[in-house]
Parts: sequence; C-alpha cells; structure tokens
Amino acid sequence: MIINKSEIAGLLDNLVKEYRVYAPVQKDGIVTFEQINEGTQAKPGATSKKPPKEILFPQSEELFNYQVDSQGLRMEDKIDDTKSVAFGVRPCDAKSMMLLDNVFHNDEYEDVYYTTRRKNTLIISVGCNQPASTCFCTSVGSSPFDTDGSDVLLTDIGDSYLAEAITEQGKEFLCKLNLPASDDQAKTKAEETKKQAQLTSEVDTTGIKEKLDDMFDHPYWESLYEKCLGCGACTYLCPTCHCFDIADEAKDCAGCRVRNWDSCMFPLFTLHGSGHNPRTSGKERWRQRAMHKFNYFVERYNASACVGCGRCIKNCPVNLDIRQVIADIKAQDTGSEVS
Amino acid sequence: MNKNNPYLPIPMRLVKNFCETEDKLIHTFDLEFVNKEDQENFKYLPGQFAELMVYGQGEAPFGIASSPNEPGILKFSVAKVGVVSKALHLLEEGSTVGVRGPLGNWYPVEDLKGKNIVIIGGGFAFTTLRSTIQYLLDPVRRGDYGDITVVYGARNPGLLLYKEELQEWENRDDINMVTTIDRPAEGWEGRTGFVPAVVEEVAPSAENTVCIICGPPVMIKFTQPVLEKLGFTPEQIIMSLEMRMKCGLGMCGRCNIGSKYVCKDGPVFTLEQLKKLPNEY
Repeated sequence: MIINKSEIAGLLDNLVKEYRVYAPVQKDGIVTFEQINEGTQAKPGATSKKPPKEILFPQSEELFNYQVDSQGLRMEDKIDDTKSVAFGVRPCDAKSMMLLDNVFHNDEYEDVYYTTRRKNTLIISVGCNQPASTCFCTSVGSSPFDTDGSDVLLTDIGDSYLAEAITEQGKEFLCKLNLPASDDQAKTKAEETKKQAQLTSEVDTTGIKEKLDDMFDHPYWESLYEKCLGCGACTYLCPTCHCFDIADEAKDCAGCRVRNWDSCMFPLFTLHGSGHNPRTSGKERWRQRAMHKFNYFVERYNASACVGCGRCIKNCPVNLDIRQVIADIKAQDTGSEVS
Repeated sequence: MNKNNPYLPIPMRLVKNFCETEDKLIHTFDLEFVNKEDQENFKYLPGQFAELMVYGQGEAPFGIASSPNEPGILKFSVAKVGVVSKALHLLEEGSTVGVRGPLGNWYPVEDLKGKNIVIIGGGFAFTTLRSTIQYLLDPVRRGDYGDITVVYGARNPGLLLYKEELQEWENRDDINMVTTIDRPAEGWEGRTGFVPAVVEEVAPSAENTVCIICGPPVMIKFTQPVLEKLGFTPEQIIMSLEMRMKCGLGMCGRCNIGSKYVCKDGPVFTLEQLKKLPNEY
C-alpha cells in the first residue's frame, strides 16, 4: 500500500483520535520520540537521539503507589494498557524491542508494565535510505530495512512511502487505513531503494562471543577504559540497555515506588551495603558492558545485545567507538587461537 | 509472590523486633501474614530470599531465616547498614511491612536426601543456615538425611545469632552442633578458635557428604583448603552469594556474575559452578 507523504499529517491526526501516537519530534534542537497530539508534529524519517525503547520502558516510571495509615494499607499499581502506535521507528530500534522482550519476560517472571505496553503498541518502522556514518547494523545481523520487530515497514520512495505489513496486527492496521494499493512501479522503486541503501561502516563481529569467552582476565581491559568518563551516555542512549534502579519516592508512610534507568557504568550500580564493590573501577565496568553485549547476553538469549544503531558512537564525549572495541577484541591474543 | 505483578509486595505484620547481638547491629524480625491467601501462596525452601519493604523507605533483599516448617511467620535477621535496614531496626512491633518473594533458588534439600550434611557458618551469615537446620531437623524429615554437623563461629559470644536455639541444638543427639568463638572470653565455656581450624578439628568425613558454607569471604577463603584436605570436591561444596540487587527477577541487570544473575540463577551455587564463572563477586 502507498502512503502519500503529503497525507501523513492527516493520517496521524486520525490515528491520534484512536491511539496514543508516538513519533519522532524535533524539540530543543534534537529529535526525540514523543507522544504527539497532531500529525504535523511528527518528523517521520528522522532518527531520534534517544531510542524509542522508552515507549515501552520509560526512563522513569511509577510502578505503584501506597499509603499506610490507621485505616490500613492501600496500594495501587498502574499498568498502562493504552492502545498505542509508534510511528517512524528505525528498524534497528524495532529489532532492539525483540531483544528487550527476552529480558522483561523471562522463563519465570513477567514484567507486566513492559509486556502490557508491548502488547498494546504497534510498531510502524521507516527503513533507512541513507544510513548514518556511525551506523553498523549490517555488522550485527541486521540491515537498513530489517523487518524484525516491526508490524509495518515503510519504505521512502520519494513523494510517498510504500507500506508493507510484517505481522498480522500490521496487516489489520493497514487495512483499516483504507490506503491505495501499491502499483508495480512503486514496488520496483522500493526494491531499488532497499538495494541502494549502503552502510559506510562495518566491523567484523564473527566469533566475538567465543573470543570473549577467554578474555575475562585479559590485559586488554586495563587500558580500554582509561579515557572513559563514566558518564553513562552510551547506556542511556542504547536501545537494548535495560538496567534499572528501583527507588521509593515517599514521605512518611505514603508515596510511590519508581523505577529509573540505571547504568553499569556507574560505580554505585554494584556497591554492596557492606561497602564491598565487585566492579570498583572503569576497567571492570567497561568489561561488563562489552561482555554483557557480546557474550553474556548471547549466552542467555542467543543474540548479541547490539543492533548497530551507532548512538553510543555518535554521543560519546571522548569518542570511544564500540566498533573499534569490537575490532580490538578480535585482534587480541588469547593464547587459544585455532586459526 | 503476587501472581499478576511480581513487583507488588504482600503486606505482613511485624510481630517481633528483637535485638539479636550485643553490638546491636543485628535485629531479628518475625513477620506474620496479614492475608491467609498470601500465606498459602508463599511457598519457599531454605536458601531463598525476599525483598523486605518498609513503607516510605524502600525495599532490600534479605535471606529468609525461618523454615517452611514454621508456618505462619517469616523470620529475617538484618544488619543495620543502609536506609531500609536502619528503618527496619526502628520499626515498632505491629507495623505493616511489605514482602516480595520468595526469590532465588534454594539449597538442594531434595538432592541431599540420604546424604550427610555439614553446615559451616560465620558471623551473621547464619540466617539461611538456620532455616536449613530447622528444615532438616523437622521430625517428619530428619530420617531422610544422614549425620548433620554444624560448625558456627562468631568473634565473641555476644555476636552469635539465635543463642537459645544453638543451646537447644547442642543438647540434641541428632545433630552435632559445634559453636565456637574466635578468642577465649569471660564466661564462655565452649570451644574457641577460628572456623577453619575448628572444621579441621571436627574433621567431618567427605564420604557421601555435602557441605553448605556461608560466611564472610575471609572465613570461606581459609575453610576451602581445609575442606579440600578432608576430601570434599567442588561439587560437594555449596555456597550462597550476596550481590547488590533491585528487582530480584533477573531483569534490572546489576547482580550478574558472567551470564548468571545471582538473584534468579542463584543465590545458591556449588563451588564447581562458581569455578566456571568469572571471578567478579
């Protein structure tokens, strides 16, 4: 099906009546993914500085509120089941949601805050005609028009988007929009567009999991972290980073429990009550970050926790480039090389 | 655990707030279920932990010191170190607290059937060991297990937990209870010496035996070679780990050792399992 670009704003206006709609929005000089009230706010085709993971896993959210007084205990949780549409998600970010699904619904527990939003959110992605210089999705098993995690994939073919349903929900959604069918010309154009989308950077990640199996005690970690400031920007802007803190915001016996994004790059993250800290310096924290993405996560969920979006590269204040880290890891001698 | 939302605590009533040690650092808390239904749903085994919540302050993870054969209550012994534990210490009996659990895995009490059991504890890391001893000594169950030997040490007599129960266990003949303090102290007629040395003296046989050890790192460090000398293999040594935790569900990401989350895959590991994990705990 075809969506004419000039009709996007009107289409979103209609969606807003029925759904909570999120889209990339230009605000304070940056693009962020936000809830919109009218179609003209949206900038589909723009890549947000912060990943849209916060639609499902907000940076800060109230889990429940409570009050204890003479009448007893009152407690109320807030599960958000609003029907939502995320319009203009990048394929890498859509893929990251599939990785997060593993975390928030494991073999024993279901995080109902996340899973309820997930079930109620349609992901409408826009493929990347011109990947940025920091993008390396093809190096981590994805591509600029990857359909993983999307319900609908849009391909920019000039004046319009070609819309393809990826899931059943995506199909139903598109049917309801009464869009004109796509002709052969549009289909051909979309195919060409997909072929032309070239990544300018890549890094060989094959075998990195196995390489890291033998690298926990490797001297490489002793210098890697030296220029890192420990600001945590890489983790906050990473679409797959999911670490969080739980805290109470309360006065006397009434208040709420909130969860906030947290970061393995912070020393307090692992500090015990006793004062002991298993990750005392940047060395251990950087090792954790690299290991978690390319070894531990693979071990647990059979996929690396990196979708190649490049946000950590673009926004690192000291230019610590994860692509270089991957290349350097691959180049280290671990004394157990087969080839 | 709340069936629909694992983040929601169940309400419990603090029925006893007892100062356990002479340095006043450890209090033991007995909690009673407010709702009958919660009591029925709270099924746990020795070694598991729970998040204990003080309304208005937050929650923190603590090993469960009571045993499933002590129905109706949960017991926790908590050192005063942080915001939640300090608030707990000050809490009046009768107050409502929140509990989220049981969380984590447990000592493999099923696999231990037919085996001799050696339990080694030090300092205030005796909470889930108390749970284990209570569990094993349950008359309906005691026959399932072989000899039970316990070595428990503290710096001085005033720092031992559960003093009355220790006395009671010492008087029983179906458990070899050895209590020790580091140095001789006035009024102490029991054994003196550090835990590793006492384990060497007691010298439990490793044959058909499993050892559960829980205590400060320095105690574990020096007891391990003693156990090895006695013939214990890494598969026969079971430990319980501590880590900073938040969710307890394997999601928040901070308590991992390698690819394992201590909150969900642990806190109980055999030494054999730990040897395969990175040394980062």
